[in-house]
Amino acid sequence: MPFIPHTENDTRAMLAACGVNSIEDLFDEIPPELRADALNGIPAGRDELAVSRLLHARAAQNAQPLCFAGAGAYEHHIPAAVWEITTRGEYYSAYTPYQAEASQGTLQLLYEFQTMVAELTAMEVANASLYDGATALAEAVLMAVRANRKSKARRIFMPRTVHPRYRDVVAAIVRHQGITLELLDYDSAGGHIAPASLPTEPADITALIIPQPNFFGALEDTDALTDWAHAHGALVIGVVNPTAMAVIAPPGEWGTAGADIVCGEGQPLGIPLASGGPYFGFMCCKQKIVRQMPGRIIGATVDLEGKRGYVLTLQAREQHIRRSKATSNICTNQGLMTIAATIYMTLMGPAGLERVARQCHANTRALVQRLSEIDGVEILFDRPAFHETVLCLPRPTAEVLAGLSERGIFGGFDLSADYPELDNTLLVCATETKSAEDLDAYTDALREVLG
Amino acid sequence: MSNEPLIFEHSRPGRVNRAQSAHLGGELNGIPESLRRKHPPRLPEVSELDAVRHYTRLSQKNFSIDTHFYPLGSCTMKYNPRACNTLASLPGFLGQHPLSAARDSQGILACLWDLQEMLKEVTGMCAVSLTPMAGAQGEFAGVAMIRAYHDARGDAARTEILVPDAAHGTNPATATMCGYTVREIPTDDQGDVDVAALKAVVGPHTAGIMLTNPSTLGVFERRIHEIAGIVHEAGGLLYYDGANLNAILGKVKPGDMGFDVIHINLHKTFSTPHGGGGPGSGPVGVSERLHPFMPIPVVGRDDNNAFRWLDEHDLPQSIGRLSAHMGNTGILLRAYIYALMLGREGMVRIADYATLNANYLMACLRDAGFDMALPERRATHEFILTLKRQAKEPGVTAMDFAKRLLDYGFHAPTTYFPLIIPECLLIEPTETESKETLDAFVEAMVTIQAEAEKDVETLKGAPYSLPVRRLDDVKAARELDLRWQAEA
Amino acid sequence: MSNTPSELKYTKSHEWVRIEGDGTATVGISDHAQALLGDMVFVELPELGSALEAGEECAVVESVKAASDVYAPLTGEVVAANELLEDAPETVNTDAYNDGWLFRIKLEDETELKELLDAEAYAELVAEEDH
Repeated sequence: MPFIPHTENDTRAMLAACGVNSIEDLFDEIPPELRADALNGIPAGRDELAVSRLLHARAAQNAQPLCFAGAGAYEHHIPAAVWEITTRGEYYSAYTPYQAEASQGTLQLLYEFQTMVAELTAMEVANASLYDGATALAEAVLMAVRANRKSKARRIFMPRTVHPRYRDVVAAIVRHQGITLELLDYDSAGGHIAPASLPTEPADITALIIPQPNFFGALEDTDALTDWAHAHGALVIGVVNPTAMAVIAPPGEWGTAGADIVCGEGQPLGIPLASGGPYFGFMCCKQKIVRQMPGRIIGATVDLEGKRGYVLTLQAREQHIRRSKATSNICTNQGLMTIAATIYMTLMGPAGLERVARQCHANTRALVQRLSEIDGVEILFDRPAFHETVLCLPRPTAEVLAGLSERGIFGGFDLSADYPELDNTLLVCATETKSAEDLDAYTDALREVLG
Repeated sequence: MSNEPLIFEHSRPGRVNRAQSAHLGGELNGIPESLRRKHPPRLPEVSELDAVRHYTRLSQKNFSIDTHFYPLGSCTMKYNPRACNTLASLPGFLGQHPLSAARDSQGILACLWDLQEMLKEVTGMCAVSLTPMAGAQGEFAGVAMIRAYHDARGDAARTEILVPDAAHGTNPATATMCGYTVREIPTDDQGDVDVAALKAVVGPHTAGIMLTNPSTLGVFERRIHEIAGIVHEAGGLLYYDGANLNAILGKVKPGDMGFDVIHINLHKTFSTPHGGGGPGSGPVGVSERLHPFMPIPVVGRDDNNAFRWLDEHDLPQSIGRLSAHMGNTGILLRAYIYALMLGREGMVRIADYATLNANYLMACLRDAGFDMALPERRATHEFILTLKRQAKEPGVTAMDFAKRLLDYGFHAPTTYFPLIIPECLLIEPTETESKETLDAFVEAMVTIQAEAEKDVETLKGAPYSLPVRRLDDVKAARELDLRWQAEA
Repeated sequence: MSNTPSELKYTKSHEWVRIEGDGTATVGISDHAQALLGDMVFVELPELGSALEAGEECAVVESVKAASDVYAPLTGEVVAANELLEDAPETVNTDAYNDGWLFRIKLEDETELKELLDAEAYAELVAEEDH
């Protein structure tokens, strides 16, 4: 019996204490007609050795091509110490720190996490994480509607340069809240939202979303967009890549007043790609609207002897107290992932994170430079970009990707399904994990495929 | 235990962990000055040893399943097998980009397909979507599907979701997120839903009911068939909150109880790590009529039996996507590995021994003089002890007992939930704890009771042996200090 | 025992109302309500100038363990809100009927006053709840 410690003697003694003859007797309140048949569709149990054999075989069935795809999930080097420490049982097998005195490890770490995320984005406060970048954006939209009490329209400006899957998730989650999501088209030359294209006298807008860098890797004109939004009574929601924050102006410093709410995908901070999860979303805001922020928040306090300690705070916003009036139905954060991210940020430090960002940028530029020397391959947008770029191909993208795949290369993300106007285009990324030889391998393979 | 400073207080300007980035760097060509960062973020500047030592020391300030008995009711804090972590962390799984082509992802897709099939079998539902990233997101998916079903039929009059007053707070919060108003149904004195009250409110405005069975009161809802009939007859649907599936795994299938949609908390029943509060994972199972509305993506098979993702083209009526990719894949993988080790016999034994442990612990505590909230009922996988009597005389609360238990090396049970039972402790031992551990817990409770009778201050001052004494929540909420600030 | 001043009016949802005689009324939460909620950590007040309907949720009082809606006892426009509570929410605990007031409204329909409870009726209500 896996993971059940009872000896036959234990079971007998325990049944006697319960005053029953068999375990079956303990289920006598369940109406007999509801009792299930045997679980014949489930295989018989296996020991660890047998399961290990199966899982090794399955892992081997996943091809591991050289990866030049980003599009919201980025392959970065993860220092060995990150997951060595994160999977310590004291972190891995603890729960939500409801008993603060018995959870000071997790709580202090999350307080450090909140500080680091706030520093990275130059925002005043952060929460202790949400599920992922996409749901964090959905929660940011809901938060903006609560926080912008002057706006009555519940109207959100959503650029098409926001990750298409994030847009899907936001639509699915806010659908029943009477919120209008208005798409903003991008500039066809720059691949960004041209501030001049925004309406000069717009009707009531609740918030403007600004991605930085945007889904195409292009850098938005964040100062002008932020000031435009604020001039029209809208809040600014920044969606940012955390690696980029080491070198790109952070949302707290956008325009005159800075962004109001900031969120993003935390995966680049020490979380493996792992087929898409678990990752974590981060969220920050200005202090004055912190009570509208969803999710767990850790605060510092003192114990009855005056010693510093940490607790879950602002809990009255949450579902377990506020029930149908909570800021969100969110119950968990992504605790384990934030532990890894905190250790990652600590091990890298400000200098290390900046070097990673610079290397990613240099690698992507070098890759794009080489690929665009191939006949028919061109860089699509002329806007400055960070660590990701859109290329135009002379042939249908799906065909090219299949050819690259045969040569052990995952060549990037095909934009045509999400942007029908961008057929024959490819979004590529080369992080710091790629060597000069890797860039050559991609270039040679693409030349062959297009040859 | 000594105070561990913040990592920022260990920081020294110019200290760089060269092992991680010494040979990285590059120019920011093409990025104009106006878009660049002016001041670096004040992240800590420490050596690798500083970091490892600090975060190891912090870990030692936690209670966890690996170090302590953790009978936190409704959270199912059972042993998280190490094999699940080790095997889910094979490089072939961790290195996979989420946008990889299906042809490059057959290994992970096969695992997820198998898990979908297993969850269908244990829940008795017709299809499963694994994408919800936590129980609360599973709830959202479920209620959004109920809404999509009514909307697709043009039945716009259904504006209410019924929720028992003992329900977990996520239930009403979820209903609100889906645009419904919430109506609470009272519980009778035996812990069952008050059927007369239900009949009085159910009608053409009822979109559905959200039920947990066994309920949050730790008892099996005996009239579930009758309740299902009443709600279905009125045209509403039934949502099953799978928080307490550990109690009935393989014994009862929610599909057989008449539920239309269910979510399962893999971090409870299928023993994936709680990780200090996540990641969770809340797959949803659906009946035939909700199948078209399932959240995407779902694992399917093509004509050649190869696995592939089903998306909006396959399920055009889907409620949509709930994550950028496909949910917490690595957690799903851990649940799958656990399920493989258990197998069909192992799953049923979970319910057997979780129930035996709860009933044994309840019997021992009752014999030791404690009051149960529902003394006439069998415990399921958990039960509620009420300290209402002790709160009057000698004047100690559930919180006092909880804090004192920490001194004896036991994580406290869930306190003050469900909200409808005064001074309660919701106790869930789980099947992975031994008789000796349960006996030691009873002994600690008896000792604490004796301490309370002798001098209530012993409990009021607890805990004494932890890194901090009782913390000031009021100060934390009034004088918000949510981050470290560098000195100006 | 909670304190229930006789010159005030009350609601079943535990607000108190003081008729100011100049067409306005001051609103707060009762001593009984503040005691039930415990240490106050935050008070969210209605915006000045907003029009309230009697029975509408218009403010929130928040303690560590609970957050409770405050309902407008009467219909009217908000003409003042107690800014002191922003920095000192605990005033609701220490002085519920004076410095702990929440907001003042300009009455629209004086006949609504008849719907309010007097101190005696409210004290009875509280006594019943305690059982």
